[in-house]
Amino acid sequence: MKPPQARANVFVEATKSISVSSDISNPPFLRLDPRLGRRGFLAGAGALLFAVALEDSALAQGKLPQGNKDALLFVGVQPNGSVVLTCHRSEMGQQTWTAMAQILANELDADWQRVQIVQAEGHPKYGNQNTDGSRSVRLNFDRLRLAGATMRTLLEQAAAKHWKVPPSSCEAELGFVLHRGSQRKLNFGELVEAANKLPLPTASQVKLRERKAWRYLCHDIKSLTTPSIVKGEGTFGQDVRRPGMLYAVIARPPQVLGRPKHVDDAATLKTPGVKQLVKLPNLEAPVGFKPLGGIAVVAKDTWSAIRGREALEVEWEVGPNASYDSKSFEQSLLKAVRKPGKLARKRGDVARALSSAAKRLEAEYYVPHLAHSAMEPPAAVAEWTGDRVTCWGCGQTPQKARQTVAQVCGVPEANVTIHVTWLGGGFGRKSKPDFFAEAALIAREVKAPVKVVWTREDDLQHAYYHTVSAQRLEAGLDATGKCVALLHRTAFPPITSTFVAGATDADPGDLRLGASDTPFDVPNLQLESGQAEAHIRIGWLRSVANIYHAFAVQSFAAEMAHAAGRDPKDYLLELIGPPRTIDPNQEGAKYDNYGSPLKDYPIDTARLAKVTQEVATLAKWGRKLPTGHGLGIAAHRSFVSYVATVVEVAVDEQGRLTIVGVWSVMDAGTVVNPNHCESQLEGGTLFGLSNALFGEITATRGVIDQANFPDWRVMRMHEAPRHMEVKLIESSAPPGGVGEPPTPPAAPALTNAIFAATGLRIRRLPVFGTDRIDRLKLGTHR
Amino acid sequence: MTIRLKVNGKVHDVDVAGDTPLLWVLRDHLGLTGTKFGCGVAQCGACTVYVDGSPRRACVAPVSSVGNKPVTTIEGLEGPEADAVREAWLSLQVPQCGYCQSGQIMSAVALLKKRPAPTDTDIDHAMTGNICRCATYMRIRRAIHDAAGNLKK
Repeated sequence: MKPPQARANVFVEATKSISVSSDISNPPFLRLDPRLGRRGFLAGAGALLFAVALEDSALAQGKLPQGNKDALLFVGVQPNGSVVLTCHRSEMGQQTWTAMAQILANELDADWQRVQIVQAEGHPKYGNQNTDGSRSVRLNFDRLRLAGATMRTLLEQAAAKHWKVPPSSCEAELGFVLHRGSQRKLNFGELVEAANKLPLPTASQVKLRERKAWRYLCHDIKSLTTPSIVKGEGTFGQDVRRPGMLYAVIARPPQVLGRPKHVDDAATLKTPGVKQLVKLPNLEAPVGFKPLGGIAVVAKDTWSAIRGREALEVEWEVGPNASYDSKSFEQSLLKAVRKPGKLARKRGDVARALSSAAKRLEAEYYVPHLAHSAMEPPAAVAEWTGDRVTCWGCGQTPQKARQTVAQVCGVPEANVTIHVTWLGGGFGRKSKPDFFAEAALIAREVKAPVKVVWTREDDLQHAYYHTVSAQRLEAGLDATGKCVALLHRTAFPPITSTFVAGATDADPGDLRLGASDTPFDVPNLQLESGQAEAHIRIGWLRSVANIYHAFAVQSFAAEMAHAAGRDPKDYLLELIGPPRTIDPNQEGAKYDNYGSPLKDYPIDTARLAKVTQEVATLAKWGRKLPTGHGLGIAAHRSFVSYVATVVEVAVDEQGRLTIVGVWSVMDAGTVVNPNHCESQLEGGTLFGLSNALFGEITATRGVIDQANFPDWRVMRMHEAPRHMEVKLIESSAPPGGVGEPPTPPAAPALTNAIFAATGLRIRRLPVFGTDRIDRLKLGTHR
Repeated sequence: MTIRLKVNGKVHDVDVAGDTPLLWVLRDHLGLTGTKFGCGVAQCGACTVYVDGSPRRACVAPVSSVGNKPVTTIEGLEGPEADAVREAWLSLQVPQCGYCQSGQIMSAVALLKKRPAPTDTDIDHAMTGNICRCATYMRIRRAIHDAAGNLKK
């Protein structure tokens, strides 16, 4: 691994400046009355406060949303000179606190030591708080910069007025405004009062800091959370404590939509420490974010609750999902992709091109259910006062938590307050706030603050799983081996099924993740989707459908290369083709580009080719390898960023596999913090390799077979590669996603490497089964 | 029953069942939430503490088995190895979400106390019981080597 080190101005050489789409004549923020202070946010009145509009709220028209007299305090400079930022996105290790603060502090040229973060509660006034989709920076970069620059301009103007000098002779530096001519300086706090009396500057007066003057952006600023973490400080959802709090664990129906038929609670009530039992409402379809139902055991501490649950005898009504058997379902999914599906993208005439091709090949791929298994299992605390409830928890989507709590408790949303703690990993599981609703329901019954603790068994057996998928790819090659036709069929129980009971059609939202946006330069291309029913709760998991789509497409690219007798890297570059941009909408796809306009974030084949070439160079692709070693490559665009990965494996005669090295290159446009982006690139790649090596959730009679880490396996230290190198492409393009894009190419790079080493083509993940026998079934392959 | 415990140099009396794992006594009764719950079956290492100076998985250590042996948690972890590990963790920006890192740090410090210059294989053995789902393994390994190097100086 390249050591992260202090690097000044990594990206200073970039020539093009970032375009800011926000228009200063219609500013995306509102300056607030300085008399507005708020508990816990700004210590004193008199601060320079800006409420930054998030997306298309009323603020964009210069109006406060109705009913929010409590003010939208988003960024401010306090009279004591400190800069406060309300972070409305959830911190789960992606370093969003640090990144948001860097963007603001950079434009203000604040003193980094005087930047404070306040975690926002869940409220619509903060705009989009769904911390998913790798978009916290993407959504907030421009508006935070513009707000910071405007505040800086006001502070500079206030200083100029005070000194009676031209504003152009004053500039902010590290929390002060300096007058160049006289060496005088005033700190931000001293200027706040005067700045508040000035009119908002005009568009021509506000200048974003030039790239070469960036002090915090694109620099390896240290994380704001790490100093607490290394001391065991900081509050995660599982760590919340309230006076008089009780603890609950829940016996949930083993099958989704199951319900208790008969409960014998005698032994539970005799368990020391157990206070009472609470029956949760039975779940009705669609499952949404509602609790699964079951019986909560409430006790004086977590252990008593766990013991009480162990003593509980429940006979369950299994419900409509007891027919689900993932083994037989695998076969039905494969059948679904063997017949034509619903057309989702079409270029040219695939059927004709296939029939006239010099060579044809086909392959089927399968990726099982996966679980997030964040190291912190879900947890939330709820506390009622009258008909109002306050919750604390590790939520990725606090507004959804607020809605869900209101809905299941039958109270107005205005009566629900959601505080967001740190998240001990999210990976999409904590986007589903069912655990907040459980806490609220139980706390109301027991009339005391209650923490709902999910155990690891609860987490693995009652997740919102990554869906299960089958895909079939067919290709036609011409006499030179060039791909002239590509058919891609995909079938999976859609995430839509969580929200619409019985939904079986693939959603464009799933297809756009690595299927309807395949950037290959082939004259005939067709995407079809099959139908599949969900029998367990399906949800987002880090990089979502990109996991299986990239696995199939990037494996098949290597299979085509092999059939053509070509080097896989060269062949992949040929498939990516010449530099151009692609709009899948022109070929019948419903493609929303991760919510970002294609004009700002095009599908740019030059960037995909570049990361591919760079990673090949980094891994010394083409070098002579020892016997039993193999290199595999894969490249994939997701969340508007580009990642290519090379994996080197060694396989011995017994089929034992070692990941010798991993190289990964990412082009995420402008990056706020290179070191933290590299950390995501390392971790996201290993997350993908962990899933590919070991990840498989299975179900029998609708019940998940895996219960804890012995049977659900994730990568450990000795299974991580000893050698890993990552690299970011220097770019002045607008910022793209970082947390998820590293994951998709990891699995196909691994299986392509295994093929190169052994001739064994793995089309069904994971590489190793749940039997813990870590040997490849080499057979006659070597 | 009332059980007397010595944690981070302080004596506490807690009223819990004797089979209660040390983890829940620390977290729920003493408010020492730096020690994390990850699996409850000694598989993930998030709950690693020292009992009488040796690493234990607090989630499977009945509080009655601790007796009068001193307990050290991340909140009370100190000494040259702890300083070196924390410094390396900060310098290399090891943590992502941070939830497993209390346990990682407890294991890493215990390793360095036993082996001041650990090999990669030593690190594999000592750290394989600590899962990091963010997969910060590359940086953990490097940080342990760095901490060992800095301790020698």
